[in-house]
Amino acid sequence: MNQMLSLTINLSLMCVVLAMLLCSIRLLRGPTAQDRVLALDTLWMCTMLLMLTLGMRFASLIYFEAAMIIALTGFVSSIALAKFLMRGEIIE
Amino acid sequence: MMPIVESIPAWIAVPVMLFLLLGSAITLIGTLGLLRLPNFYQRIHGPAITITFGTGCILIASMIYFTGLQARPVVHELLITAFVLLTAPVTSMMIMRAAVYRDLRAGRAGGADQNTPSDDPYRFPPEK
Repeated sequence: MNQMLSLTINLSLMCVVLAMLLCSIRLLRGPTAQDRVLALDTLWMCTMLLMLTLGMRFASLIYFEAAMIIALTGFVSSIALAKFLMRGEIIE
Repeated sequence: MMPIVESIPAWIAVPVMLFLLLGSAITLIGTLGLLRLPNFYQRIHGPAITITFGTGCILIASMIYFTGLQARPVVHELLITAFVLLTAPVTSMMIMRAAVYRDLRAGRAGGADQNTPSDDPYRFPPEK
């Protein structure tokens, strides 16, 4: 059972890394700027999921704080990029 | 291969596996939608699945796993859950508004790329 659990965690890690790869493909070849911003936002979220899954893989609670910080930073950067797309400046 | 998983009972390992598989599969499906859908206004629906449902499933799996591993209730993943559920609609709405604004300003009323036909059913109504 524990062997199956470790196998599942490794499979989930591979799925999340593949999802990050798909996001970076869209980030590199997105036709417009808003596609790139959307792909970057999704990439932040996938990085947070990767941190959570790594915390389960190594059975450590430190990765939780990394996931929390990544979620906070991703929110701020996505809001700043969206405001820049809309107005051309961030702080008005 | 794995360091410290010997102390997990089976009735905790089974829901952890279920939620983890569900969450990672949904994450993969959402980003596949982000890559494969043809239009920006269709593409924004893919990461919504990733952010809400995939993140929720993986957070539930992490909560159950650490509760079983440490033999005490570990619920601090609820912080990330509340934060993501509060901020994901704000981010999505701001990117969406920026995209609509940019498309209207550039005169592309459908937001169509070069590879989509002009009579797609998702087009924005034309400006008066």
